[in-house]
Amino acid sequence: MFESWPALALFLGAALAGLTSGRLRAAVMLAAPLLGAYGVYQMEPGTLVGYQLLGLDLTHVRVDRLAILFGYLFHLAAFIGVVYSLHIRDRLQDVAALAYAGSAVGAVFAGDLLTLFVYWELLAITSAFLVFARRSERSLATGMRYLVMQVGSGVLLLAGAIWYAGAGNGLSFNYIGLDAPGGVLIFLAFGIKSAFPMLHGWLTDAYPEATPTGTVFLSAFTTKVAIYALARGFPGTDLLIAIGTLMACFPIFFAVVENDLRRVLAYSLINQLGFMVVGIGIGTELALNGAVAHAFNDVIFKGLLMMSMGAVLHVTGEMRGSELGGLYKKMPKTTILCMVGAASISAFPLFSGFVSKSMVVTAAVQEGHHLVWLALLFAAAGVFHHAGIKIPFFAFFAHESRYVADAHEPPRNMLIAMTIGALLCAGIGSFPAYLYALLPYDTGYSPYDVSHVLAQLQLLAFSALAFTWLKLAGIYPPELKSVHLDVDWFYRRLFPDTIRSMLSRLAPFDRAFRQWGLSMVSLAQQGLCRHHGSYGVLARAWPTGSMVIWVAVLLGLSLVLYYL
Amino acid sequence: MSGEKRKDYLFDDPRNVRLVVRGLVVACLVLVGLDLVLHRHVAHPWEEMFAFYAVYGFVACVLLVLLAKEMRKLLMRDEDYYERSTRDAGAPRSEESGDV
Repeated sequence: MFESWPALALFLGAALAGLTSGRLRAAVMLAAPLLGAYGVYQMEPGTLVGYQLLGLDLTHVRVDRLAILFGYLFHLAAFIGVVYSLHIRDRLQDVAALAYAGSAVGAVFAGDLLTLFVYWELLAITSAFLVFARRSERSLATGMRYLVMQVGSGVLLLAGAIWYAGAGNGLSFNYIGLDAPGGVLIFLAFGIKSAFPMLHGWLTDAYPEATPTGTVFLSAFTTKVAIYALARGFPGTDLLIAIGTLMACFPIFFAVVENDLRRVLAYSLINQLGFMVVGIGIGTELALNGAVAHAFNDVIFKGLLMMSMGAVLHVTGEMRGSELGGLYKKMPKTTILCMVGAASISAFPLFSGFVSKSMVVTAAVQEGHHLVWLALLFAAAGVFHHAGIKIPFFAFFAHESRYVADAHEPPRNMLIAMTIGALLCAGIGSFPAYLYALLPYDTGYSPYDVSHVLAQLQLLAFSALAFTWLKLAGIYPPELKSVHLDVDWFYRRLFPDTIRSMLSRLAPFDRAFRQWGLSMVSLAQQGLCRHHGSYGVLARAWPTGSMVIWVAVLLGLSLVLYYL
Repeated sequence: MSGEKRKDYLFDDPRNVRLVVRGLVVACLVLVGLDLVLHRHVAHPWEEMFAFYAVYGFVACVLLVLLAKEMRKLLMRDEDYYERSTRDAGAPRSEESGDV
């Protein structure tokens, strides 16, 4: 049953989670991803489940290696997320989270663009509730902005799909390419959800405003579905190399100065997506494997980092680097788990980031993209700087904050979820063959040789040295209570301000126009009074006799006409 | 009492902090030293340079931080920057409600 509709287990779980409560709900929530993963395990590559709707041939489920890999990944992420959020009693979040995971699973198994569109919009709607669930004025506003962007992406996808199918290409979702009719629209739709530069505002705006547990789910699904869609529809598109390089580089500058630590992680999420997008753009087997493997690892290590920051937020109620610090004293387990995540995202040898990021970097230099290679090295050093060092340093070390006195380890289920993530990070990093066996292509790539390991260790050690030196010399910018303007400024400040000032300029004209209108009305009123008022011509009373005369005249006239 | 208790934690003792920093410096020296002993395969001519990755990593991070600091001058705003803009718009109403 689950193999013919892989998202069923999670959707069923979401529905049941809405009806049950207490331990039963926890059991349902835990069982749903496990059942779904079992369904994926039972699937045979090459299977197609289709049906006809209004004369359209739709492929609801298309099974191949790429879809299966993401299928496993999303069930794994859902399971870790569920364990992490077991302590909360919030039906809205539970239902939204499982439905969100189910939409992601449905999207990666979708064999046609229309089915993809349906799940694409479901992703948008279900995930928005994880932002709304914070139940503050701010999260409501952020959630609405998020929803507009996400639904907008879906509208672009639908328009592109109609154009594409209308040109005789059919609806099936395979390689599309930019030259195909509607290809650009579909590319943009995928681009919004993969947080292309200038289209990324929703991510750094909304993810840090979601609930501590919600952000863990958010960071796993939407962007990775988009990466999957790009890998399916636009592999080898040269433009993606440039876009990905930009994505890998620009967010690290923001991440260095950003104060909200979950926003730092949101920027670093874009940076990691950059590596994947470059891999898809290069489009060789090694590069595509690298992109997909990195998506897999990123879900786990970014999830782990988000979970550790969520734990800090849960315990202290604070997420600003300027206010945090010294928590290693009371949260040693969380500190160590966070550092495992930090080592993984920084691609330390023996941790998961290393075995996937190095594939993309190697592919870039092998294919002769030397500038891209240098930029990716820069981004790799930068990610260690802001996600590898800054996150643990400002949350758990730095100065002793006022939260240290009352801090404690987070609930046990949070620790268990983080431990699962940390074990996976170290496990995949140490035994990459298990992950490589799931990848779409067999390239025989091995990350562990002297050159790679030494080069990476040198890069990382000297990045750490640079951080230490800058910090000790007092050059490193301090964490300040502040916000930094990004593209969301355009629609959060510039457009509203422009409209406001335009309205205030228009106000005098508007007032004059209204007064003219009012005077017209009173003129009309006066006219009416003159004709219909109590002394008006038309209000004069007529005797009944005159009416009888006129009736008699008319009747007489019709009689004459009849005889004629 | 709390002063005594604080001594229990690892980095309250500045000697431990120094130890970490020195450990890092030693690790860096060893890794650069290994460049002399081990041969790295190269796919790009620059990689052949002695300690290429070390220098690149260090310079990249310093540049990153210095540029980010410059960026701050242009882009940094008060923490309530966005909230304030919406509050300004509703200012007449808040005056009516007696906010000072």
